[in-house]
Amino acid sequence: MSESAAAFPIELTVNGHRRAIEVAVHHTLLDVLRDDLGLTGAKECCLVGECGACTVILDGRTVDSCLVLAVEADGSEITTVEGLADDRGLSPLQQAFLDKGAVQCGFCIPGQLLSAHALLADNPHPSLPEIQEGLAGNLCRCGCYRQITDAVLATAERAER
Amino acid sequence: MHTFAYARPTLLAEAVALLEAHGPDARLLAGGTDLVIRLRDGTARPGVVIDIKRIAEMRPSIREEAGCLVIGAGTVMTDIAADERVRRSYPALAEAAAVVGSVQIRNRATLAGNVCNASPAADTAPALLVHAARVVAVGPAGTRRIPIDGFFVRSGVTTLARGEIVTAIELPLPDRAMGAVHVRRTRRRGHDLASVTLCCGVDATGVTRIAYGSVGPRPVLAVDESGVLADPTAPGAAKEAIFERLFADASPSPRSMRASPDYRLAMLRVLGARALRIAIDRLAQA
Repeated sequence: MSESAAAFPIELTVNGHRRAIEVAVHHTLLDVLRDDLGLTGAKECCLVGECGACTVILDGRTVDSCLVLAVEADGSEITTVEGLADDRGLSPLQQAFLDKGAVQCGFCIPGQLLSAHALLADNPHPSLPEIQEGLAGNLCRCGCYRQITDAVLATAERAER
Repeated sequence: MHTFAYARPTLLAEAVALLEAHGPDARLLAGGTDLVIRLRDGTARPGVVIDIKRIAEMRPSIREEAGCLVIGAGTVMTDIAADERVRRSYPALAEAAAVVGSVQIRNRATLAGNVCNASPAADTAPALLVHAARVVAVGPAGTRRIPIDGFFVRSGVTTLARGEIVTAIELPLPDRAMGAVHVRRTRRRGHDLASVTLCCGVDATGVTRIAYGSVGPRPVLAVDESGVLADPTAPGAAKEAIFERLFADASPSPRSMRASPDYRLAMLRVLGARALRIAIDRLAQA
């Protein structure tokens, strides 16, 4: 069938910036973030909600953006990995990923960071099993799970109790 | 992904009218964790996708109403797993909701969607069967309440009529103490579909309800009213005979990639015995 579906106007707040755009109804939030808004941090990979490479935070909760139609996100606030750092530099979580050597090829890291960011926002001092469950939806083919969980633990330890 | 018309009704009546007008050419969109995959791989090619999330009656909610805990159709697994009333009165449902997919999936996937997708492996189905849930469906002829055991037909097929939309799942408030638990077997820890998913509930009158999925075309409910399973002092041989009867409807497919029929049938018995022990312990503590 035709790819030129009727454009549907939506409004998103992406990393704090209000965006009014027109999207095709059969395009996913991942398609729109990458192709229409130029935010390529979220990655396209399994496209069935198993790998987590496309993870973004939608209204405070992580989602697989490959399984969300862009029109469904109309009116939502979205955080992508591009929104984690600020003018002063990397977030403590991002710095911990570097310090612990958690980044090998880097493909899964935006998703890992956002899942870890959402986990720590909910539960600032998670146990190791809580971290493993919290990140179970993010696969790393380089096998850096140990370093990734170390980075999350280190960030949690530095957070105020 | 092929294109489709996208409808975003705000009134339930509009959604019912759309569904009735388009019949099988329309698909309802709740969390999308099943539907968007099928839209992309082409196994679903609807002409119209009806997003139910802007309908007031579908908003996420868990509320007590007329002797039931009512879980609105838009309620996601994350909120069900965390809800104090669900955890207190229906712990097996909270446990099942907590293991569906990953965090990202649970943040989108709805209980109503899990039920309507009618996967034989749906983790919430056994808990809903044990707790005698009812599916509330609104259609052109009005509202009807379908006992969950009469809802599932086979994968992707339910007893919903044309034009009917599930608006909520109702759980009768327990009139007696029950110990219940959800257990499952997966190939790996974390994010995986169940090779066997099972729930057991034992109530204060000695009735044991066991429901299991991923071992046949639909989830199965089996009930022991003899009191033998619930009796910790009953001889093992007597219990085994009853388990064999309760598991008689298991018929795992030889074509499934996740596990062989022999493995599933063996694990069904292991999980059944394990869940029974936990349910009896929980009842004693209740």
